[in-house]
Amino acid sequence: MEWMALGTLEEIPARGGRYVETPLGEIAVLRNENDEVFAVSNQCPHRGGPLSEGFVSGKLVFCPLHNWQIDLEKGEAVAPDSGCVKRFPIRMEGGQIWLGLQEITP
Amino acid sequence: MHITVPRKPRLVVVGNGMAGIRAVEELLKMAPDLYEISVFGAEPHPNYNRILLTPVLAGEMTLEETILNPLEWYAEHGIQLFTGNPVTRIDRVKRQVITADGKATPYDRLLLATGAAAAMAPVPGNHLPGVLSYRDMADVEALTKSSALGGQAVVIGGGLLGLEVAHGLRARGMGVTVIHRRAWPLDKQLDQRGGVLLQKAMEARGVRFLLGKETAEILGTTHVTGLRFSDGTEIPADVLVMTIGIKPRIELAQAAGLQCETGILVNDTLQTYDPRIYAVGECVQHRGQTYGLVAPLFEQAKVAANHLAEYGRMRYQGSVTSTKLKVTGIELFSAGNFTGGEDCEEVTLLDGSQGVYKKVILQENRVVGGLLYGDTSIGPWLFQLMRDGTDVSAFRDNIVFGETHLGDAGHSGENQAARLPDNAEICGCNGVAKGSIVKAIREQGLFTLDDVRKCTKASASCGSCTGLVEQLLSSTLGGFYDSTPKKKALCGCTELSHQEVRDAIVKEKLLSVRQVFAYLEWRHPAGCATCRPAVNYYVRTAWPMEGLDDPQSRFINERAHANIQKDGTYSVIPRIYGGVTSPAELKRIAEVAERHHVPMVKFTGGQRLDLLGVKKEDLPKIWAELDMPSGHAYGKALRTVKSCVGSEFCRFGVQDSTRLAIELEKNLERMWAPHKVKLAASGCPRNCAESTIKDVGIIGVDSGWEIYVGGNGGMKVRAADLLCKVKTHEEVLEMAKAFLQMYREDAQYLERTAPWVERIGLEKIKATIVDDANTRKTLAERMDFALSQEKDPWKEAVSGRLDIHAAPIRRIPA
Ligand code: SRM
Ligand SMILES: Cc1cc2nc3c(=O)[nH]c(=O)nc-3n(C[C@H](O)[C@H](O)[C@H](O)COP(=O)(O)OP(=O)(O)OC[C@H]3O[C@@H](n4cnc5c(N)ncnc54)[C@H](O)[C@@H]3O)c2cc1C
Ligand code: SF4
Ligand code: FES
Repeated sequence: MEWMALGTLEEIPARGGRYVETPLGEIAVLRNENDEVFAVSNQCPHRGGPLSEGFVSGKLVFCPLHNWQIDLEKGEAVAPDSGCVKRFPIRMEGGQIWLGLQEITP
Repeated sequence: MHITVPRKPRLVVVGNGMAGIRAVEELLKMAPDLYEISVFGAEPHPNYNRILLTPVLAGEMTLEETILNPLEWYAEHGIQLFTGNPVTRIDRVKRQVITADGKATPYDRLLLATGAAAAMAPVPGNHLPGVLSYRDMADVEALTKSSALGGQAVVIGGGLLGLEVAHGLRARGMGVTVIHRRAWPLDKQLDQRGGVLLQKAMEARGVRFLLGKETAEILGTTHVTGLRFSDGTEIPADVLVMTIGIKPRIELAQAAGLQCETGILVNDTLQTYDPRIYAVGECVQHRGQTYGLVAPLFEQAKVAANHLAEYGRMRYQGSVTSTKLKVTGIELFSAGNFTGGEDCEEVTLLDGSQGVYKKVILQENRVVGGLLYGDTSIGPWLFQLMRDGTDVSAFRDNIVFGETHLGDAGHSGENQAARLPDNAEICGCNGVAKGSIVKAIREQGLFTLDDVRKCTKASASCGSCTGLVEQLLSSTLGGFYDSTPKKKALCGCTELSHQEVRDAIVKEKLLSVRQVFAYLEWRHPAGCATCRPAVNYYVRTAWPMEGLDDPQSRFINERAHANIQKDGTYSVIPRIYGGVTSPAELKRIAEVAERHHVPMVKFTGGQRLDLLGVKKEDLPKIWAELDMPSGHAYGKALRTVKSCVGSEFCRFGVQDSTRLAIELEKNLERMWAPHKVKLAASGCPRNCAESTIKDVGIIGVDSGWEIYVGGNGGMKVRAADLLCKVKTHEEVLEMAKAFLQMYREDAQYLERTAPWVERIGLEKIKATIVDDANTRKTLAERMDFALSQEKDPWKEAVSGRLDIHAAPIRRIPA
């Protein structure tokens, strides 16, 4: 697996996100109120909304287009909606955020 | 000669509950002196309202408040009441009933109204102490006692009763888990979508769910300690409540040889197999159907009474039922077939962010069922359409919005009740039509909800039609009716209403979203998409200077200062004051658009220019090159001030509307508000700028300006109301500022001026800002102060003082 340095925690707004351009497409990097960081494909399963622009709260991101909620740990839309996003591994080390360029398979 | 006084025939009623006593009441209305009446009840209380057990359990009401017929009522009507004394046998040959104390009482007519008992799951351990049912006051007393010790309660069965008892026990401070076999709670009343919304709402109130679980055994030796499921898992329990269904109480009838199946069989006159014996209520089976809701039982009571009174006119033909859940703060309505099926069509509406879900099932253009969650205001109307079999083809696509959307009157459905026909049923429990309520209010001089309840019974049972009854009171009495507004939680993260949150922000000087969430003990420390923007707005309006704006609590549009499009690109609408531009400005805009290959340039409906399809990364560059202020076309903010040609060029113009529009826009730009705000100024009453559908609309007349407020041209058209007439531009500016500042400080987040004006009333606004020059002035000053704190966001971004995170955090090349 290839890990890429993304930058520091401070570069991602808490309770919000940024995105990375990668050979695997855009990946949203989201940070919650407890400074946990998640990486998922930057495409809402509904109609492709950019999840990096959503509200982050706990394990959830709220899509900015029509407010679907995506569970970042499961990579699934919260019922009653359904759909999946790809998840990618994140590692925090020495203040740096590292992104693993390989989809997490369940 | 020997004279005998003719003896009155004797009516004996078995069961002192809701259906039995309702039948007696109906009978007394028709034939007050016909019978000598005795009532036997197993419970120690006079007839109380079983529907209200949950408010009692939750500590919101007392037993006394649920009494429907106090002891005096029985005495007044000469009824002999025997409480705590169940009937144990019916002797049909001697025509007498025998009670637990061994006494025999003769009858000429017998009315059975024994109700139902809770069904218990046939699993080992179901008789252990601590395993309770939820049916009567004794159960509530037992539950209240056990809950005083705290601990864990487990409710088996996620139906209406199960959820109610869960809510009640939670309110008593217990940890509560609901076990349900199916994949979502209330599956008889809700489809999966609605079920999941409900589950979330209940979970937000602290109730846990274990779904798809089958109970195998109740654990414990001297008292329940837990339960084991068929999959082998276990959970602990200090109290266990069984709410898996009800079983009609038929033992007495069965033993007396009356024909029974699930319930006691009756015909359309509610007569049993023995013509002297009638039966009503949950113990009854009519045309194969048993009922567990009061509305149909009250219909039965009426018919039975009619025959007992020897009128012999009415027939009971079965009932169509609808249900509502009575858990404070959760609105739910369902009726008929709500799952659809072949040759059915569905019309649905889902607004996950507001927790609203509506679904109507149509078959051959008639409503055959429906389900409403979160907003049940159209329930009675829908139910009426369903029962009347109305052909809805004319408005089928809009049916989920309710009839308020058919004609066009009122904004927020406020006056739904006023437009219902007189025969529309308002109170489903007691079958009270609108006509009888209005008549009672007028003729008997009723002023309060309690009066209406006493007089008409409307809203006296489950209370879910209270809102409609209040609307009728206010539409019938006009300004005399004063109701305390209902409290609605801001969102699932808190129990507090918009107003309560707002008050706390002002009173406690809470200066940021985080502070508000922490101080008011938000359930989720980072809130949700509903509360974050609202609270951020409230903080900013309450503390324009000290308050901390939180970009992460703004909707994406307000964070990027541009409108996000369906493909993730953005649009750029610069401010063009009053819609008046110049050749030089147009050239510059054209060049920027060309240089950046902007896919579309479009005139907007608000007289501005829109550059559509811009990548987020390019926004700051384009803003810099345009060198124009933000048009705020993306914000809950001042949008446009539309103008017409006006007196400068137009042959009809009597006032300079273009100049006024520019002045208004310059005075109000950068104003954040609960929702977007649009203005217009027209130079004469021909009104080419469409001022009468604007939040604030100005129309020039010979003597000055007319100011209109509360108009809306969007989803729901509302013509603006005339606020006042003034002479000068300065007066217009001050009035507009005062009006908008009042709106900013008072309206709920996402409430536009149209519904706000309707909610608080034009009179109040006039009194505050037209009649009172001082308040007008202070409000306008507060607006000026707030605006002085706002900077142009595009300039801020261009100069690097505001980071909209336009570019990706990193680009990882292939
Ligand atoms: C650009 C524009 C359409 C156009 O090309 O003409 C427009 C575009 C949008 N309107 Fe509008 N409205 C535009 C004029 C209007 C008008 C006419 C007007 O302003 O004179 C109305 C009716 C007047 C009114 O508001 O009362 C209008 C009533 C709405 C509504 C319904 C509001 C309501 O209270 O019922 C929405 C939905 C909302 O705000 O929640 C809406 C929402 C939207 C949004 C922002 C939807 C969204 O959230 O993404 C659209 C953005 C499209 C995009 O991809 O950029 N738009 N919209 C117009 C911009 C005007 C401007 O110059 O600022
Ligand atoms: C918690 C709860 C909430 C509810 N909420 C709603 C609601 O929101 N809407 C709705 O429409 N319905 C609701 N219901 C259902 C409604 O209360 C019943 O449908 C209604 O009370 C049934 O009336 P009934 O007269 O047939 O039976 P009951 O009201 O149960 O009356 C029967 C009475 O007969 C007595 N009895 C039985 N056998 C004998 C005997 N042998 N001798 C003497 N007395 C006897 C019983 O003790 C009881 O007091 C609710 C029920 C419960 C338990
Ligand atoms: S009417 Fe407004 S919201 Fe609807 S598509 Fe057109 S621009 Fe978008
Ligand atoms: S694209 Fe995400 S909710 Fe529609």
